[in-house]
Amino acid sequence: MQETMEKTKAMVQHLAAVNRILEKNNHDPARLIPILQQVQDVYKYLSKDVISYVANSLDVPVARVYGVATFYAHFSLNPKGKHIFRLCDGTACHVKKSHGILHALYEKLKLNDDKRTTDDMMFTVELVSCLGACGLAPVVVVDEAVYGQATPAQAVKLVDDILAAANVEE
Amino acid sequence: MSEVKKITVNGREVSFTDERNLLEVIRKGGIEIPTFCYHSELSIYGACRLCLVQVEGKGIMATCSTRPESGMVIQTDTREIREMRKISVELLLANHNRECPTCVRSSNCALQDIARRLGVETIRFKQMEKMVDIDHSSPSLDRDPNKCVLCGDCVRVCSEIQGIGAIDFAGRGANAKVAPAFDQNLADVECVNCGQCAAVCPTGAITPRQDRARAWEALYDPRKTVVVQVAPAVRVALGEYFGYDPGVNVAGKLVTALKTMGFKYVYDTSFAADMTIFEEATEFIDRFSNGGVLPMFTSCCPAWIKYAEIYYPEMIPNLSSCRSPQAMFGSVAKKILPEALGCKREDLVVVSIMPCTAKKYEAQLSKFSTNGQPDVDIVLTTVEVGRMINSLGIHLSELEPEAFDMPMGFATGAGVIFGASGGVMEAALRYAVEKIENKELENVDFKAVRGMDCLKEAVLNVAGQEVRIAVVHGLANAKKLIQDIRDGKSNYHFVEVMACPGGCISGAGQPIPVEKDVRKLRAQGLYNSDKGQQLQKSQDNHLVTKCYEQHLGGTPGSHEAHHRLHTAYQNRSQLFDAKIPVMRGTAAKRLPITVTICANQENCPGQLLLGMISKYVKDKNYTDLIDLDAAFSSRSEMDGTVCVSIGDRIVERADFTNAVNTEEQLRNQKSFESVKGSIDKGIQSLK
Repeated sequence: MQETMEKTKAMVQHLAAVNRILEKNNHDPARLIPILQQVQDVYKYLSKDVISYVANSLDVPVARVYGVATFYAHFSLNPKGKHIFRLCDGTACHVKKSHGILHALYEKLKLNDDKRTTDDMMFTVELVSCLGACGLAPVVVVDEAVYGQATPAQAVKLVDDILAAANVEE
Repeated sequence: MSEVKKITVNGREVSFTDERNLLEVIRKGGIEIPTFCYHSELSIYGACRLCLVQVEGKGIMATCSTRPESGMVIQTDTREIREMRKISVELLLANHNRECPTCVRSSNCALQDIARRLGVETIRFKQMEKMVDIDHSSPSLDRDPNKCVLCGDCVRVCSEIQGIGAIDFAGRGANAKVAPAFDQNLADVECVNCGQCAAVCPTGAITPRQDRARAWEALYDPRKTVVVQVAPAVRVALGEYFGYDPGVNVAGKLVTALKTMGFKYVYDTSFAADMTIFEEATEFIDRFSNGGVLPMFTSCCPAWIKYAEIYYPEMIPNLSSCRSPQAMFGSVAKKILPEALGCKREDLVVVSIMPCTAKKYEAQLSKFSTNGQPDVDIVLTTVEVGRMINSLGIHLSELEPEAFDMPMGFATGAGVIFGASGGVMEAALRYAVEKIENKELENVDFKAVRGMDCLKEAVLNVAGQEVRIAVVHGLANAKKLIQDIRDGKSNYHFVEVMACPGGCISGAGQPIPVEKDVRKLRAQGLYNSDKGQQLQKSQDNHLVTKCYEQHLGGTPGSHEAHHRLHTAYQNRSQLFDAKIPVMRGTAAKRLPITVTICANQENCPGQLLLGMISKYVKDKNYTDLIDLDAAFSSRSEMDGTVCVSIGDRIVERADFTNAVNTEEQLRNQKSFESVKGSIDKGIQSLK
C-alpha cells in the first residue's frame, strides 16, 4: 500500500507540474506547441500520459496533439538520457565525416540506430539535420554546449568527462 | 440576391454568385474537375493538387482554394495540367495497395476512377513503403493504411462534422499517416463507430466491416432459422446500388430478394420503431409530467450514445433508457419467435440490415445478449446486402415486390420516418401530444423538425403547457447544443440527436457518395412512404399493442417492457485519463480495476481508496487475477466522473458522500461495500 501511495503521489506531482504549465499558458489550445515544449523541458520527453492529459485539459483531441508531437523533430515520445549528444549530419558535417564520430559514440555507449539511449538513462545520441554551424563542421552539441571540428576521440572524451564528473558528485 | 458575375471556362461563359471557390463554379458549368481531398461540406485542404486549372494571366492554380473573380479566363485541360495530374495520380498509386479486385471499394473508388479518366496506364515508380497491418479491431470499421492517399477527408469529417477527432495526421513527410492517437487500434480510442470517415474516404482505406460471409454461413446452415429485419433508411437508398434514383422505395423488391437468398422471414425494423415510440414517448410523458430529468435525449443512435458516454457521462440520466429499434427488435424476436416458428432459441439467427456501421458495434455489446447469445446475431449494411443480391445474379428491377412478414413487418408511417433527422422526434410527438391532450391528433405533420438545418427547434403548446424540442444531427452540432444547455442559453424538454448528417439516411452503410441533394431525396422518399402508409401514428399499430398484451406486460413502461426494451449506459469517462499500472496479475483471465484520482485536487480520496482496494485484493489473495490501474482525471467537474470501474461495473464518484478523508470514513461508506462486492463478483465470473 505504501508503494502504491508513493507511485500515485509522484504522478499527482508530475501532473501538478503540467497543470502549472497549462495555467501559465491560460489553457489556450493555440499555445499547444509552447505548452508541449515547456512540458518536454521538465520531463525530457513527452509521455503518452502527459500527451493525453494535455490534450484533455485543452479540449483538443488526443490524436491532434499526437500529430503535433510526431510532426516536429524537436519533440520526443521516448524517454531520453540525462545528457543528450546531438550530432550534426547536415551536408557539411556529413562530408567532414560526422559518421566517424557517430560510430565512436555508438561503440563507446553500446548504442545503435534503433537504440539511442543507454540503459542507465545517462546518454542519448541523436542525429540532427543541420545545426546551422557549417563553418565548424563536424559539430557535436552536448546538452547546451557546442563543439566544432569535433573528432571521434574528442566525443569519447566528452562522455568520459561527464562520467567522471558524475562519479565525483556521488 | 447577390450580383451575377461571370467567368470563362474553356471558352464558354459560366455565371456565379457566392460559390465558395472556383471549383464549385466550374463544376456548376458542367465540368467535373478531379479531386481527392475536396469535399463540399468540409473545410478546404488543398493537398491533392488534382483540381489544377490554367488561369489566364495568373498561371496554374488549385481551384479548391481560389476565389472566383469576375472575368477570369480558365482552361481546365492543357497538356501541362494533364501531365501534372497524371504524375500526381501515378505517385499516389505507386504507394497504394493496388489489389483492387478484392477491395471493398472496387468500382466505387475515386482513385480508380481518376486513374482511368486520366489514362494512367503504367506506374513507373517502385513501391517504397512497407505494407503495414490492417486494423480490424473495430466491430464497425476496417482501417487499411496501405490504401490511404492522405487526403484527410476522414480527419476533417471526424473533427468538423462529428466534433471528435479520433483520427488525425501523425508523423511527417514520407512517414506521414492518418492514425488514432499513439497508433492505437480504432477500437481502443474515442471512435464512436459512426463510419462517416468511411463514407467520405475516396479509396478503401477506411471501410465498413464486412459481415457477409457470416450471413451466408447462417443461410447455408440447415439447422438455422434465419430471419431478418430491415431498417427504414435502407429502403430509400438500396436502389441506388442498382441504378435507381435516390429516394425510390425498394422495400418490396428487397423482401423478394431476401427471400430468394434464403431468409425465412423478412421483418421491418419500423415495427420496432413503433414500439420504441410506445416506450420512449411514455418515458417522456412520465419525465415531463412527474418532474423527471429533462431534457430527455433520444437513444436510437448508438454512435450518439457512445459519444455521450465518453464526453458527457454526467448527461447519462438525460438519455432515454429505451433501447434502439434494432435492439428492441432483437430482444423481442429472440423472445417470441422460437416458439412461433418452432425452433430452438440457439438455432434462430437474427440478422439486421442497417444503413449504419455503429449498429454493428451496438449488436455486439454484451448488454444486448442473453446467456452469451446476442439478440441480433449479424448486422449487414445496405451496401453489403446490395452486394449479396448482386452475387445471386438477380436483377432487383425485375423482381416482383412482396410484403414484409407479420406480425413484425407491420409498421405505421411514424416508424418509417425514423430514418430521417427529426423523424424520431416527429413520431414521438404524434404519440405524446395525443396522449397528453387526450384527444385524437388531427394534423400528424410536425414540419418544424424536418429538413437538413443543423439545429431545428420548436415550441409546442400541448394541453396548455409549453413543450420545447430540438433536433440536431452531426455530433459537432450536438456538442454545441449541450454546451448551450449547460451555459443556460438553451432550455429544452426533449432533444433528438443523430450522429450522421441528415440522420440514418446518410449512415456509413449506405451507398456512396452521399451529397446534400442525395440526402434530401432519401428523406423525401421516407416522408412519401409515411404519407402512403395506412396509419401514421405508432399508437395505431395494433400489432405492437398485441405484442404488449401477449409478451410485454400489457402496457408500455411495464416491468416486463422495462426488462426487454430498456437498457443502462456505461460511463466511459476514464477513457482519456492518464493511467499508471499499480498491480498486474499473471492469470490468463484477469479482472481490470481502475481507480480515478483527481489530478486537480491535492489530497484526492481516490488515492486512499486505491490503497484500500489494493489491500483488499491482497488480503483476499486475488493478486494474480487482477489488473489494477490508477487513472488521473483532468476533468474539472467531478460530476459524472467514474470513481472506480471494476470490469463492466462502475461506481461513480457521486456515489460516495463528500468529505471522505480518512480510511475509517471510507471503509464505513456503503459504496465501499459495493466496490468490494463488485470485486468478489468479478472474480467469480472469471472462473
